[in-house]
Amino acid sequence: MLELLKEPWPWYVSGPIIGISIPILLIIGNKMLGISSSLRHTCAAIAPFNIQFLKYNWKSEMWNIFFVIGIFIGGFVGGVLLNNGEAVKISESTMNDIKGMGINSFEGLIPSDIFNWNTLFSLKGLLIMVLGGIMIGFGSRYAGGCTSGHAIMGISSLQWPSLVAVIFFFIGGLLMTHFIAPLIYQL
Amino acid sequence: MKNIKYLLVGVLFGTVLTKTEAVSWFRIQEMFRFQSFHMYGIIGSAIAVGMLSVWLIKKFKIKSINGEEIEIADKQFSKGQIIGGTIFGMGWALSGACPGPLYALLGAGYSTILIVIISALFGTWLYSYFKPKLPH
Repeated sequence: MLELLKEPWPWYVSGPIIGISIPILLIIGNKMLGISSSLRHTCAAIAPFNIQFLKYNWKSEMWNIFFVIGIFIGGFVGGVLLNNGEAVKISESTMNDIKGMGINSFEGLIPSDIFNWNTLFSLKGLLIMVLGGIMIGFGSRYAGGCTSGHAIMGISSLQWPSLVAVIFFFIGGLLMTHFIAPLIYQL
Repeated sequence: MKNIKYLLVGVLFGTVLTKTEAVSWFRIQEMFRFQSFHMYGIIGSAIAVGMLSVWLIKKFKIKSINGEEIEIADKQFSKGQIIGGTIFGMGWALSGACPGPLYALLGAGYSTILIVIISALFGTWLYSYFKPKLPH
């Protein structure tokens, strides 16, 4: 059983479990799935600086902070305790494209030749880790949600603004992947 | 403590995201290049189960365990979904992770992801600061 759990979980197992978290959160506490909100609550808690958008009772949203702490712990469970030590089995064409970006480490969940503390202090590292992070935080709040709140929760509850958001997530992602990221990763 | 139940759902959510490799930079590259069905299968089946669940909850007026009516707030449309959505998508593809995976990757021991999370917090703060001046 443990050996089976350590294998990568196929999409038809993981997708439905992710989907079932929507009714679980609704039923156990009337909560709507959303992860990027935790970033706003954290800002409201530590650096509100009289900004209107950060002046609200973040303490009443503590459930969301507990939820993301759980995700952090889940990352440890999945990524350390249940780690089988094998590389992610991406398609050969992706592998070739990634090699073309100058990446040669295929161990683990993310490439260690980019995500390390030496690369962080280079233009490439700053763009990928710092600018990328800023865009994730800025863009998700501007859009009113991220992949969880819009793509999964929003579309599941048939909200057309969420569909619009997801379409633009993909437009942005495709522009980055095919036109901009190749330049940055080659730096 | 009343919030522990959310932590437990989070543990399940994070474990699944990690074991199905949705947190992987490699899988995000593959997804944005349309070279595998994997990520689309995850998102698509999650939506299918979510949609069916929400429909059942509404149809049978299922209440929360506290006996409350289940409320699903409407998402309001704004230009943010277009402009912010594009910016978010670019960040997602550049760093290779969205917020859920970021927390999970940090838990899995990828220490530099802490920098991405702090940057995402700063990005959220920047949005909050500039919100009155941005088109909505």
